[in-house]
Amino acid sequence: MRKTKRLTPIAVLGVLALSLAACGGGGSGGSSGAAAGGDAGNNLDGRGPITYVQGKDNSNVVRPLVDKWNAAHPDQKVTFKEQSDQADQQHDDLVKNFQAKNVNYDVVDVDVVWTAEFAAKSWLQPLKDKMSIDTSKMLPATVKTATYNGTLYAAPQTSDGGILYYRKDLVPTPPKTWDEMMSMCSIAKAKNMGCYAGQFAKYEGLTVNAAEAINTAGGTIVGPDGKPTVNTDQAKAGLNNLVKAYKDGNIPKEAITFQEEQGRQAFEAGKLLFLRNWPYVYNLAKTDGSSKVKSTFGIAPLPGMTADKPGASSLGGHNLAVSVYSKNKATAKDFLTFMTSEETEKFYATQGSLAPVLTALYDDAALVKQLPYLPVLKTALQNAVPRPVTPFYPAVTKAIQDNAYAAMQGQKPVDQALSDMQSAIQAAGSQ
Amino acid sequence: MSTEAQPRQAVKSGNPKGNKDANKEVGQDRKATTQGRVATLLVAPSLLLLAIVILYPVINAIIMSFQKDSGLDPATGLFVAGGFAGVSNYSHWILQQCSVAGASISCPPGTLGSQFWTAFGTTFFFTAVTVVLETIIGFWMAIIMARAFRGRSLLRASVLVPWAIPTAVTAKLWFFIFAFQGIANQLFGTSILWTGSEWPARWAIIIADVWKTTPFMALLILAGLQIIPEQVYEAARVDGASAWQRFTQITLPLVKPALMVAILFRTLDALRMYDLPAIMTGGSNNTTTLSILVVDQIRQGFNSAAALSTITFIVIFLVAFIFVRFLGANAVESTNPGGKEKEK
Repeated sequence: MRKTKRLTPIAVLGVLALSLAACGGGGSGGSSGAAAGGDAGNNLDGRGPITYVQGKDNSNVVRPLVDKWNAAHPDQKVTFKEQSDQADQQHDDLVKNFQAKNVNYDVVDVDVVWTAEFAAKSWLQPLKDKMSIDTSKMLPATVKTATYNGTLYAAPQTSDGGILYYRKDLVPTPPKTWDEMMSMCSIAKAKNMGCYAGQFAKYEGLTVNAAEAINTAGGTIVGPDGKPTVNTDQAKAGLNNLVKAYKDGNIPKEAITFQEEQGRQAFEAGKLLFLRNWPYVYNLAKTDGSSKVKSTFGIAPLPGMTADKPGASSLGGHNLAVSVYSKNKATAKDFLTFMTSEETEKFYATQGSLAPVLTALYDDAALVKQLPYLPVLKTALQNAVPRPVTPFYPAVTKAIQDNAYAAMQGQKPVDQALSDMQSAIQAAGSQ
Repeated sequence: MSTEAQPRQAVKSGNPKGNKDANKEVGQDRKATTQGRVATLLVAPSLLLLAIVILYPVINAIIMSFQKDSGLDPATGLFVAGGFAGVSNYSHWILQQCSVAGASISCPPGTLGSQFWTAFGTTFFFTAVTVVLETIIGFWMAIIMARAFRGRSLLRASVLVPWAIPTAVTAKLWFFIFAFQGIANQLFGTSILWTGSEWPARWAIIIADVWKTTPFMALLILAGLQIIPEQVYEAARVDGASAWQRFTQITLPLVKPALMVAILFRTLDALRMYDLPAIMTGGSNNTTTLSILVVDQIRQGFNSAAALSTITFIVIFLVAFIFVRFLGANAVESTNPGGKEKEK
């Protein structure tokens, strides 16, 4: 009783502080897109210094480009803000700053799978009318990753696609179809090695691989309206390919723990006949001291269902977007154009081994000489299907991973996995 | 604080108890009042800091947990604020109800909502197994460390090494050890998918956790062992008590306060386990703990995540309460046995 009275002033102070803080917190915590509608129309002609935000610049490509831009535009200088090298942290950093309506995050680099989410939150400036950019020379699939609800929200900057690594000493011509590849597995068995592997551990890589299997078989995961469309015979055929291969042992059992690196190491150690992986493996497998396959591997597009149509690769890569809160959107747009120009894209490819989004560069002889995988990658990207473009991507990828993983482990039949996937994606979209 | 309280009581001279201190002189009263005020001012900053750092996030999380996560406006395809949610965020987790097109259905596999009770069970399973193992091994290590022998301080320091390594680093180390081509399989000539099937994955995490936190347990128990006077053991020996009797009749009862605190700390720690399963298995094969579920949910919607972390908070609070109230873990009560009487 007495104690209570003695503490009253403090308690009042505390409550006051709390309610104040709660007001501040509630504002940002509960913020959503609708309120920001007006920001997209502001500052379209603004010119001046801007900031470019991107994850860690591992191969030092951004700084030279920013320096080049700054030399040409002394009154519209770009400051480069480097985030961490972890994708999750980059995502959370962007969310925080968009929620705080930070005017200093002018141009941001977003992963292809975040674009729809940020667009739906009204954080990204629609690239239309005054802000429109030319996408006609870009690979169509990359433009799709930057498009939400029929509006372009970002400029494709770099791309990435899956390709098939194979042992050309054991398989002279690479398989054109999945069935053909499976029939070659007897060669692997005779050599006592694994036949095929991709990324099958339960993480984003499994979404990529499951989506490729489903898309290659003609299935889709979500429709243009964002509603799930995965419970179909085509999707079943696709996922079943993976499930059956795993059950047969054509996909070795340890592959269920493989991410990119484990698969690469197994392939370089000569333990795999076929590997689905990204182009980065090419140089490593050629030059790694521990690589046993330096001169004995080749690359090909992913196998399809029929010989005339290669498999549908999922797309990696990043898009560039302008924040709706930016004060200098005219400068930002020019910078976007500069960063996706042919010259810049070439620099990205040569300096950072980042796959360009401009179709023409894939036929550039000098570039192909330096990056011999480009022609194969071009085929991959021309047949590529983006991972589901949905604002609920984290929930959708979880629905795909969990159910594909359970199906591969034989915990549930493929039918059940797909119908669960369908309902889980549906539940994600109507939170 | 409690010493301050005594004079302050005297100020309320009109209190019905007719306190004998009421006859104090006026000057003393004023002095007491001033002292009380000074004391209030002096503790105010730390109380305010506690309120901001602890109370505010808790209350804000509770407020958020009653808000709906923003949903899509089907016409524009843009997010709109969700509004008041009632208890739907809580029923989403506890009853595993997901809403699809306005109707409530049981959450389909592949949603976070469907994983609440599995994660709940997994968390408690990990907690029970790791704490039991860590207590037993930790006790054993503490008894060895308590003996006097050459190189004792070297041993004590080296035992601490696993605990000094950041958990994320530990997790990555064990991730490589338990990889299919990793040391564990090479060493034992096995081909177990440590991170790819349910029970091996659980044991991999338990082994890593025990390796990492047993030293912490051992050190806390060692501190308890060292306050037991040697004479008690000598007297017992003279009375002819066997080693086992000395352990159960003397060591255990006397080390119990320290042991209970150590177990309490470890239990609370284990209930919020995140790094090890997150890095080693990514939560696959039923190794998703409540904390992993919270972090996954944060990327899908803050408000629902707030409800989940509030549930987790209440669960951990209840466990701590049971420990303190019924099992006599004396971590938070005053060590002065007379303290309670004085308050009356």
